[in-house]
Amino acid sequence: MRVALFVTCVNDALHPRTGIAVVRLLERLGVGVDFPAAQSCCGQPQYNTGYRREAEPLVRRTAEAFAGYEYVVTPSGSCAAMIRGHYLRIGHAAEAEGRGGALAGLAEDLVPRVYELTEFLVDVLGVTDVGAYFPHTVTYHPSCHGLRALGLGERPARLLAAVRGLELRELPGAEECCGFGGTFAVKNPDVSAAMGADKIAAAAATGAEVLCGADNSCLLHLDGILRREGAPLRALHLAEILASTEAEPLR
Amino acid sequence: MTAIHLGMPAFPAFPAFPAFPAAAGKAVADPVLRANLRRATHTIRDKRARAVAELADWAELRAAGKAVKDHTLRHLDRYLLELEASVTAAGGTVHWAADAEEANRIVTELVLATGEREVVKVKSMATQEIGLNEALEAAGIAAYETDLAELIVQLGHDRPSHILVPAIHLGRAEIREVFAEEMGGWGRPAPEGLGDDPRELAEAARLHLREKFLRAKVAVSGANFMVAETGTMVVFESEGNGRMCLTLPETLISVVGIEKVIPTFRDLEIFLQTLPRSSTAERMNPYTTMWTGLGPSKGAEGDGPTAFHLVLLDNGRTDTLADEVGRQALRCIRCSACLNVCPVYERAGGHAYGSVYPGPIGAILSPQLRGTGSEIDASLPYASTLCGACYEVCPVAIDIPEVLVHLRERVAQGGPVTREGIRVRIRPAHGHAAERAAMRAARLLLNHDDWPVALRAGERLLARARRLRPRRLPGPGRAWTDSRELPELPAQPFRDWWAARDREGRA
Ligand code: SF4
Repeated sequence: MRVALFVTCVNDALHPRTGIAVVRLLERLGVGVDFPAAQSCCGQPQYNTGYRREAEPLVRRTAEAFAGYEYVVTPSGSCAAMIRGHYLRIGHAAEAEGRGGALAGLAEDLVPRVYELTEFLVDVLGVTDVGAYFPHTVTYHPSCHGLRALGLGERPARLLAAVRGLELRELPGAEECCGFGGTFAVKNPDVSAAMGADKIAAAAATGAEVLCGADNSCLLHLDGILRREGAPLRALHLAEILASTEAEPLR
Repeated sequence: MTAIHLGMPAFPAFPAFPAFPAAAGKAVADPVLRANLRRATHTIRDKRARAVAELADWAELRAAGKAVKDHTLRHLDRYLLELEASVTAAGGTVHWAADAEEANRIVTELVLATGEREVVKVKSMATQEIGLNEALEAAGIAAYETDLAELIVQLGHDRPSHILVPAIHLGRAEIREVFAEEMGGWGRPAPEGLGDDPRELAEAARLHLREKFLRAKVAVSGANFMVAETGTMVVFESEGNGRMCLTLPETLISVVGIEKVIPTFRDLEIFLQTLPRSSTAERMNPYTTMWTGLGPSKGAEGDGPTAFHLVLLDNGRTDTLADEVGRQALRCIRCSACLNVCPVYERAGGHAYGSVYPGPIGAILSPQLRGTGSEIDASLPYASTLCGACYEVCPVAIDIPEVLVHLRERVAQGGPVTREGIRVRIRPAHGHAAERAAMRAARLLLNHDDWPVALRAGERLLARARRLRPRRLPGPGRAWTDSRELPELPAQPFRDWWAARDREGRA
């Protein structure tokens, strides 16, 4: 089986380790990975800030970059939610306003082929034990888009629970937003930081060594607070934990 | 028509109201307020979740509530005329008010015609929306709020900060102080040596209010629902004070938003289940009062008011109805569940939203009812992380995040809106020029055919400058670095790693 990796612009530029982990993990599971180089950004920052028309070319670009792949896998719940929840609407709106040239058709073709990483592992590959080894205490923040927009449910927890050596600690108030929210983080910095600080406090109170998530945008914000506060916690993407093995442990 | 008025005139009019981020920033810095809000919202949200989980058919009830509301809104003209006919046939009088000013004038004239100079009030969002108390005061009429929390806010010369619990921002000690200092100026003073035990406080309010109930000849109410088929008005409440207002006075004036109509009496069965569980986490609200015009038992020999007036309020609602995405906000039954789960409301408090409708519903309702022209209204659609918790709890399934993004587009890019029944195209709100330029530049870069090359060049540059990474950024970046570190920049972007591996693989 071959899949296309949609690494997302944030991961490409700021979190390459996540993309590398996804490649290692999928290849270990016998899945061939392609990286279509024409990919860039899903358009979420534009769309969510109110610039729908600015997002249209990015919708087109993403749909075209991944045309022809049966599976498009992404280690970002929020980018997957953007594609699944909004691409079709953006396509239809563009066409209704006299632009778009079959943008809705492109979107319609792409949407059912896009999988968030944990969906792909659990639903398509049918695995929960990916053979990972990570001897640490971990608490998991589900992120709103993964939790509510995609309905990832127990998938991440089941994957983590099967990791050898890993002790999963329940995060109180896990379903509460961390306060990132894309441009919300700079448009409403005080509220955003207050929400992030509360999330960090809840995570720290579990006594876990690692705060794990499946969305680097949320982790970027949380990690920024962690390091500013000097809290004894490390923010890590789920993919890196799943990629870690006894032979090749995560450093 | 005058500007649509949704604020409280006793306080700065809305153009002077600071934008959400500034007001919210102040609230975040107030530890007492944050503790009060956190305690109250978390308690009620947990109780709501348990009350909702008891019903196996919650999803169906939610879908049914949405369907009834959508159907009614689609045929609103028809149902409003049916309602008018039913209320009139039952002995009531119906008045139509296009805006706040007209509604206030109608109510003021009705009260003056009775010869009375004071009215008791059932808690009502619609009368707050139009600033009725202040309009009555200007005409020499005193309006007394009788809902406990509303009374606290009124006595404290404060503004409500929650739809259901208007005094949610206050603690017991603060309430005790308001009662002790202010009650005497409005009627029966608080008892000597009043403590801050909730029972004691409630008893003080009871005694204070009882005098007003027994004296008042005119009452003003809102309504949760109006049944078109029968002309029945329905008020849900918890304290019983509302029922006193609805039954004791001689004249009853109800001011109700036109979106509160439902087609049939039977439709109530849905909302009788969903509203109390969503709002107070009760299986059934303690008092449900219904009245139909004056009814056969009213008048000379019966109980209850001898005159009933219904003021149907538009105030921006038909304009909102004209917007295909935004109109779903009119399904709202004001249960306040979205406020109680909203993490932004929990930190910012209700006052930061600059209107009587705070929280997620306020963020989509106010900029529609009164337009996005003011700073506060243009900032409200951005007062959310789009986390979706509000949509998940809403008992009539209003997709609040969808409407927020829709309104952000209106603010950032302008577009068609309906104002006073006329389709107009509005320009983008002020202050978005830099953002628009940045979004456009980002799009041009991200969508450039050489984007990977441009990205690589930019990232390599950034990677080289890694050690120069500043702790605090100037300009808009400061908003990030004031409370967060910047991310560590990687030595190489993912696509460089991939390209290198590819080369090795090929070699
Ligand atoms: S928007 Fe929904 S959850 Fe919020 S107050 Fe209205 S009905 Fe309740």
